Amino acid sequence: MKSLVEQKVLALNGDEAVAYAAKQADVDVVAAYPITPQTIIVERFSEYVANGEVETAFICTESEHSALTACLAASLTGARTFTASASAGLALMHEMLFVTSGCRAPVVMAIANRALSAPINIHGDQSDTMAQRDSGWIQIYAENAQEVYDSVIQAFRIAEHPDVLLPVMVCLDGFQLSHSVENVNVFPDEIVKKFVEVRRFPKVLTHEGKLALLKLDPENPMTMGPLAFPNYYFEFKRQQEEAMKNALEVIRQVHDEYARISGRNYGDGLLDYYYLEDAEIAAVCLGSTAGTVKTVVDELRAEGVKAGLLRIRTLRPLPFEGIQKALENVKAIAVMDRSMSFGGYGGAVFHEVRHALYDYDKHPFTVNYIYGLGGRDTSPMQIREIYRDLQEILEKNRVETPIRYVGLRE
Amino acid sequence: MTETEAFEHPFAKYLRAAMMPHIWCSGCGNGIILNAFVHALDEMQMDLNKLVVVSGIGCIGRAAGYTNVDSFHTTHGRPIAFATGVKLAKPELEVVVISGDGDLFAIGGNHFIHAARRNIGIKVICANNFNYGMTGGQVGPTTPLEALTTTTPYGNIEHPFNLVHLAAASGATYVARWTTLHVRMLAISIKKLLQREGFSFIEVVSPCPEIFGRRNKMRTGLEMMEWFRKASVIENFSDPAKAEITPERIVVGEFVDVEKPTYEKLLHDKMAQILKESED
Repeated sequence: MKSLVEQKVLALNGDEAVAYAAKQADVDVVAAYPITPQTIIVERFSEYVANGEVETAFICTESEHSALTACLAASLTGARTFTASASAGLALMHEMLFVTSGCRAPVVMAIANRALSAPINIHGDQSDTMAQRDSGWIQIYAENAQEVYDSVIQAFRIAEHPDVLLPVMVCLDGFQLSHSVENVNVFPDEIVKKFVEVRRFPKVLTHEGKLALLKLDPENPMTMGPLAFPNYYFEFKRQQEEAMKNALEVIRQVHDEYARISGRNYGDGLLDYYYLEDAEIAAVCLGSTAGTVKTVVDELRAEGVKAGLLRIRTLRPLPFEGIQKALENVKAIAVMDRSMSFGGYGGAVFHEVRHALYDYDKHPFTVNYIYGLGGRDTSPMQIREIYRDLQEILEKNRVETPIRYVGLRE
Repeated sequence: MTETEAFEHPFAKYLRAAMMPHIWCSGCGNGIILNAFVHALDEMQMDLNKLVVVSGIGCIGRAAGYTNVDSFHTTHGRPIAFATGVKLAKPELEVVVISGDGDLFAIGGNHFIHAARRNIGIKVICANNFNYGMTGGQVGPTTPLEALTTTTPYGNIEHPFNLVHLAAASGATYVARWTTLHVRMLAISIKKLLQREGFSFIEVVSPCPEIFGRRNKMRTGLEMMEWFRKASVIENFSDPAKAEITPERIVVGEFVDVEKPTYEKLLHDKMAQILKESED
């Protein structure tokens, strides 16, 4: 694909790519609290604020809980709102994550994925965002710094779409993406500004019987986040689920529109397919690991092995049918999880993928690989072994160990 | 060739040699604080089996790992809440929190004021380095006005906490402030802190040349210590409300030293009273 506009190449790490995208997206309010490996995002952004490069009200709050609460409130007044966090910070936001999605506030948040305590660990894994996958936030996992930049810009359009109105997390693997410098193509400011548009609001009926834009505005008073007892609460939740369903289509549309301008696409925006058309064995993973897996798939293909990869870019909403279709003809699947679901028979991504495959008549062998916890490196050699395991499963026509751990001392 | 005799450092038993070298930058004050703490323990002949050290996130948070006692390194902001649990379950233990200004007064600020209000018998030593050092020097709750940090590149506009005033107003029974220049006074003060029954607090103004100082015209630990030397005045039992830290003036000394019954004691007495009444 060719780009429609001239782009400039900047050497940015993932965190800087986030900050640059947020700067160009014309954000009104940022409230944040420092936590490794997300800190660079807020540092860079505070420089933009101080330099007058953005017209953003910025505050370093006293905790992540306060940061997201402030973002929520700002978003409800109609402001475009952004924050960033990781690990324990995201865990501390847990309460407010549900309030934000329940209030249908389109806050965009970057998460530099990091392990959770205890023991304390500052390095990358996806335990933090996996633990929040039922919080009503859209979750997009990026593979590299370029995709981080592109995804943050797309996130504002997705979140603020009147059919969606849900908060979005853009997840980037801690250190592997947050701190690794890559060449990133960036748009001129005006292109991004045009793409993200001015925030739009649906019209709702107020208690005074007036049609008003859905935002806190003294001219048209309304209450946000009030009590909803057993008589109405359930309907609110059902509407959130409907918005998630709508998001599947909106994410795809926004991705395609962006791809036409940028010349870059990530599968269909929901799933990224790599040599899956005729693959007999395939891995399924999220985030930066896909880069390593793709290298291994290239090697295997050169050796004549029919290997493929499915990268789940959007985990929430889950592209359920897409996963089924993508893995239709694959005979053995290795689902890779960079977090654990203790006591849950395999990791979270394993649950999702096996779940999606259940309705199919052909039940491919599906095994789970837990890897890279607390920042442990996962080498191309280890990924090759995973594909070798899949070949062995096909040869023996049975699975001996359904859940395996990569590079673990046992 | 003569064989050199291996001497064990007299304080070796207080620290975990396997954890050394420590992570602190040259010129950092955390080593001085840990040293003063260990001196106080040694002078008191503290029973290490009765001592618990709890720390939070931040550079000084490593203190829990470095001290050779039962210890816990909590998530950000939670050491006082954790220490509260230890003290309630095991009131006979000496529970010391060693943590930083960001941890204790921003994300953990609520725990501090409520533990002080309840007068839980825990002891809190705060290394105040004026910023979030470990995450790269962001503005925090003690950052002076106009100071430069990574998130206030043109000067801080947030009013900082006066920690000794906050502690006194919240109900702490022992409150002191020293800088890392006042090493002996600090060690003596830590001894007192450990001897008190109620919620006790020492703020240690500590140099952070690598992360805070170099953005604020104090590139070395020595330059930061020079600031402490010039600015600090010892005024024991002066009004903590008037002890704001400014570039010109750092009031140090003891501010509060009073006795009042601890939460654990009141809880114990209340339970005894209720039990007695139910027997009668």
